Formats: sequence, C-alpha cells, structure tokens
Amino acid sequence: MNAWNFQELKETPSQTGGPYVHIGLLPQQANIEVFEHNFNNQLVSEKTQGQRIRLEGQVFDGLGLPLRDVLLEIWQADANGVYPSQADTQGKTVDPNFLGWGRTGANFETGFWSFNTIKPGAVAGRKGSTQAPHIAVVLFARGINIGLNTRIYFDDEIEANANDPILNSIEWATRRQTLIAKRTEVDGEVVYRFDIRIQGEDETVFFDI
Amino acid sequence: MLIHTLGAYAQRNTDDHPPAYTPGYKTSVLRSPKNALISINETLTEVTSPHFSPSLFGPKDNDLILNYAKDGLPVGERIIVHGYVRDQFGHPVKNALLEVWQANASGRYRHPNDKFIGAMDPNFGGCGRILTDENGFFIFRTIKPGPYPWRNRINEWRPAHVHFSLIADGWAQRLISQFYFEGDTLIDTCPILKTIPSEEQRRALIALEDKNNFIESDSRCYRFDIHLRGRRATYFENDLT
Repeated sequence: MNAWNFQELKETPSQTGGPYVHIGLLPQQANIEVFEHNFNNQLVSEKTQGQRIRLEGQVFDGLGLPLRDVLLEIWQADANGVYPSQADTQGKTVDPNFLGWGRTGANFETGFWSFNTIKPGAVAGRKGSTQAPHIAVVLFARGINIGLNTRIYFDDEIEANANDPILNSIEWATRRQTLIAKRTEVDGEVVYRFDIRIQGEDETVFFDI
Repeated sequence: MLIHTLGAYAQRNTDDHPPAYTPGYKTSVLRSPKNALISINETLTEVTSPHFSPSLFGPKDNDLILNYAKDGLPVGERIIVHGYVRDQFGHPVKNALLEVWQANASGRYRHPNDKFIGAMDPNFGGCGRILTDENGFFIFRTIKPGPYPWRNRINEWRPAHVHFSLIADGWAQRLISQFYFEGDTLIDTCPILKTIPSEEQRRALIALEDKNNFIESDSRCYRFDIHLRGRRATYFENDLT
C-alpha cells in the first residue's frame, strides 16, 4: 500500500444469499413465525395513492429453467414520482402511505413471483432530464455471488421510454426490450409481466449501479 | 462558493467482490450473466432507499437464543456478535436494517428444502434483525452455527457462517454476504469463500473473538465490522438532478 494514499475502507465483499435466504428475509415462507411484523410483496394499503398494478413473472437460468429459490426486492417512487427517502431532493410531496419497497420469494414449485403495487410516476434524472416510470429490482439466490440489479419499465410508456436516459445508455437497442414489462388485464386487474433471463438468449440487462 | 452536498455513491470496486461466474462454485455457472453489467450514472433511484421505523421491531428480534425458544433454550455455544456499520469514508451508517440467518448448532437450517441429517433444534429458528444505532453499532445474540455438508463436490463442507443482509441509505448500498468465525479450518478450502479473489477481502469476512467482551460463565463474543459504499460530494459536478 502506498503511504501517500488516504485511507478508505473497502466495501465488505458480497457472498451468495444461498438456498435458505428465506429464513432470514422471508421467514414465513420457510414456515418460521418469529417477527411480529413481516416484510412482503404488498406495497399498497387502502390509502396509497395511484393506479394499482400487479407485477409478476419468473426468473430463468442459462438452461431456461425457472429459479424456484430466488428472492426479489423492488424499490420505486410513489404515484407522483417521489421516493419516500430523505435522499430524494426533488422537493415534491411524498405519499405518506407508501413505503416504496417490497420483497418476495419465487414459489418453491413453479418459480412464479408477484408484487401488488402502484404504477410509479416519472422521477427526475440527471441534469434536467426525466426518467420514464420504472422500478428498481435486485435478485438474490444460491449461485448468484453478488446481487443482480435491473429495472422494470412499462410497455405503455412508449414516449417516456424513448427519452429515458438509462434505457438510452444501453448501447444495444435490442437489449433495451429485456427491461420492458408487458401489460395485460386479468379480471379487471392491471398486470405487468416481467420475466428475467439471467443468462443466454435474450439475457436481461443487469446494471452496475 | 464551493458547497459540499452529497452526490452519487462512489463507483463499486468490482475487484473487491466475487465475479458472477465462478466455476469452483458450480451453481454459479448457469446463474451468471454472460454479458457485461451496464454501468450507469446513478440517479435518485440508486441514492434513495426505504426507511424502516423502529416500531416494526420487537424486543427479541435481535436475540436468536430467545426469539424462537418454545420449551427451553436452543442447544449450542452461546455467542454475542457486535460491530459497526460504516461507509467507505468511515462515516457511521445509522438506522440501517441488518438481517441475519443461519443454521443451528448441528448445521441444520429450519427450511423445508434442507434435508441434512443434522438434528433440528425445536428451540431455534435461526433468524434475527437489528437497526443500527446513531453510531452505526449493532449487536445480536445467537448460537454459534455448525458446519454442514453441501453438494458441490462429493465431500464439501461449509465453514460455520452467518448470512447477513443490509439495507441502508441508498439502493446502491444493498448488500448480502456471510461472515465466518476465526479459527475455523474449513475456511481455507470453502469454494464459496474462494469466489472472492482477494485474500484481504476474504479475511474481511472473518469475525474475530473479542476477548475483552464476554458474559462470564455464559457467552463468548465476536466482533464483526461491515463497510458499505459511501457518497461522493457534488462539488466534483456529479449532480443528480
């Protein structure tokens, strides 16, 4: 080490969440009742503002098989495009009935996952730009050494997506499609389908954030 | 006037972490992207993060010895683990959510998919959580986990370890990892620990016994510190909006 370097701490290295990640992060999925308050995939309460949506999909490995042990978390702005965080500097009013965050595990049999949330509003980007409505996603599982970060965009936001600085920073335009969730309606409920392919054909774009 | 406000998180040094593809840990082979990660200029999405109210936490949440105890106490070595969460610039990370999970003293997890013959402990659940305090300090009490076999090569044993997860001030700080215990002879050959290329960084995951702290005739104590990414200053023109 050079004596003239100032001392910074190295980030603690990542390790896989392992096959039993549910015990710690979703104990009820492992049939463990310990905590009074458990985190889950329901981001909305009756008072939450905004359009209700369900996000759902599967996560596939390099052979195209669904991961049945994967854990997903999402982080998103409220209906007005504000993050419920002190670090949001937009100066807009935040929805007090929205945490913006949820966590779920894929179904142990089918690999399906889902979140009940609201469609986020547009958030400011850097240098006066505007980001299209989007939701940050991170994946953890056995065999994933460091959490995989991606983003969900919406297929009914064609113009906003075309101007999104992060989507446009992906050099290969065809790969941008891997981040677009597909809207359907099921029994009057708005559902966006978002499949994630960790490896192989149509591999999802993952970000170094 | 030059004003110091907070900007983006300093870029992650990927050499400090395992790569995605690590064939010695076989499961990573089909679960690693082949394409390079796309590096992005952080936005508000990456510098914000959920906040957790202390009201969500119960008094036994950080006590794995008591939080699942039914008819008695769990079997095994009673230990206390404590440490500080700091960012890379040395600032304490306050009110961060630290979640931990682990096997019991036999190396068995309370999980429907764990088929290891090691005995289940009826009084041990294996999970806990803590909010760090104003100094970034955390403490929890548990049973020292046992090593256990797993399918990688035929005879592969994990060193004793505790999994941990952190949610702090920014989404870019999100981290999941595992810590190990000083003196465990399985550490040197563990394929999962060896996914980390740097020896210095592998050592950073080993909790050391804190001999000055203990509960007499009751518990030993381990010290483990955690370092997360820190934010740069905007006077270097990395404005987020």
